[in-house]
Amino acid sequence: MGTCKPKIVAFLCNWCAYDGADAAGRARLKIPSTVVEVRVMCSGQVDSGMVLNAFEAGAQGVMVLGCQPGDCHYKDGNVHAMKRMALLRAVLKPTRIDPRRIRLDWVSAGDGKRYARVAREMMDRIERLGPASGPPENEHQR
Amino acid sequence: MSRKPKIAFYWCAGCGGCEESVIDMAEELLSVAEKADIVFWPIALDTRFEDVEALNDGDIDATFINGAIRLDEHVRVVQMLRRKSKRIIAHGTCAHLGGIIGLANLFDSRQLLECACRQVPGMDDPSAPLPETDPGDGQEGPTLAALLPEVKPLDRVVAVDAYIPGCPPTPETMAQAITDVIHGRLPEPGMVFAHRTALCRQCPRLDSKPDKIEITRFRRLYETHWDPEVCFLPQGLLCMGPVTRGGCDARCIRANMPCRGCFGPTERMNDFGSGAMALIASMMAGEDEATLARLVNSIADPTGLIYRYSLAASILGQGPGR
Repeated sequence: MGTCKPKIVAFLCNWCAYDGADAAGRARLKIPSTVVEVRVMCSGQVDSGMVLNAFEAGAQGVMVLGCQPGDCHYKDGNVHAMKRMALLRAVLKPTRIDPRRIRLDWVSAGDGKRYARVAREMMDRIERLGPASGPPENEHQR
Repeated sequence: MSRKPKIAFYWCAGCGGCEESVIDMAEELLSVAEKADIVFWPIALDTRFEDVEALNDGDIDATFINGAIRLDEHVRVVQMLRRKSKRIIAHGTCAHLGGIIGLANLFDSRQLLECACRQVPGMDDPSAPLPETDPGDGQEGPTLAALLPEVKPLDRVVAVDAYIPGCPPTPETMAQAITDVIHGRLPEPGMVFAHRTALCRQCPRLDSKPDKIEITRFRRLYETHWDPEVCFLPQGLLCMGPVTRGGCDARCIRANMPCRGCFGPTERMNDFGSGAMALIASMMAGEDEATLARLVNSIADPTGLIYRYSLAASILGQGPGR
């Protein structure tokens, strides 16, 4: 039991978070092996459809990691990511995908330690939540 | 060959509005009855399942099926109609995308029955009986149809050749689709009886739509006096026009109501909700989490708004065992 770790898809922006993940690798920091990194040009490019597709393809969690606020290579791409994820979380609330399975965070270029910590925290959270299946848990029956 | 074309209509889980879209053809419907054999139409004609069973496979030229797949009986009937028909046409939004009925997929079927039979206002009886498929009186006899675990659009159950979107479709579209069949022009596979592009293109208010829209608070209709000449979006009213397929002649907008998205996604989109979310997020004004959270909170029932007609067709509306 528990030998197979849940899969987590991490969308990493090309300019900061991807470099952060790279730094974590160079520093040989421990990162859960089932985090699947997807390099995108900007966190603001990751729309709700991409996140939902990741879930449909079997991901148990999705991370969207961009530059620190104010540091976006495209000025405000990470603000777009913030808007998209805020709305997506609200939409997911009554569905079978728990909004806690999505994490939006910021990792600076070269900050391998932070990347490794965020990835491990996410893995802990997803393991605690268990597999994303079963009927929607729904409290909005009034 | 002077054989009259055969057509059929069937109603799965829906409100009956789609049947109305056929009836609304008015006098034209009489000429349909003259030029075609309507072999099966439970709501209007005294036709039986056995009559359809007795037909040869592929005998019916086109069958229009409206409503979502909700009961095991629906599956049985549409599979039979599929065998007997050259073309199956999904008629209306419920058959196309699951429709309003598909919102039931936010609950499992037990919760739905509990809610309908035990928790309705004025009937707070936790021991009230739930409908069971077997009446349980030990007698042989008819059993009730059972709820499926989830609502499905028609094309998840049988192959669908063409789609007529709309909740309900316009009588003009129905007339066109039926006339085509009568004249032997069966729809090409994958055809959708609507435009390829978004409703905005044909919107009478298009000129007043600004290039960039920033909304600081989403409003519901009753909260505001809106200008009936100007695009809804800059007024903070959510209109799904930019992501919804055109072809409805902007019926709702001409009646001063924002689009609710019943025609489904445009040709280039997969999931209506993802497109609607991208639209709404792009208009949200704010740069920090607190402002954005407040803004999102001003949307009443975001899931129901964004997936109003397409939940059952999206990944969110499907059970894990799909």
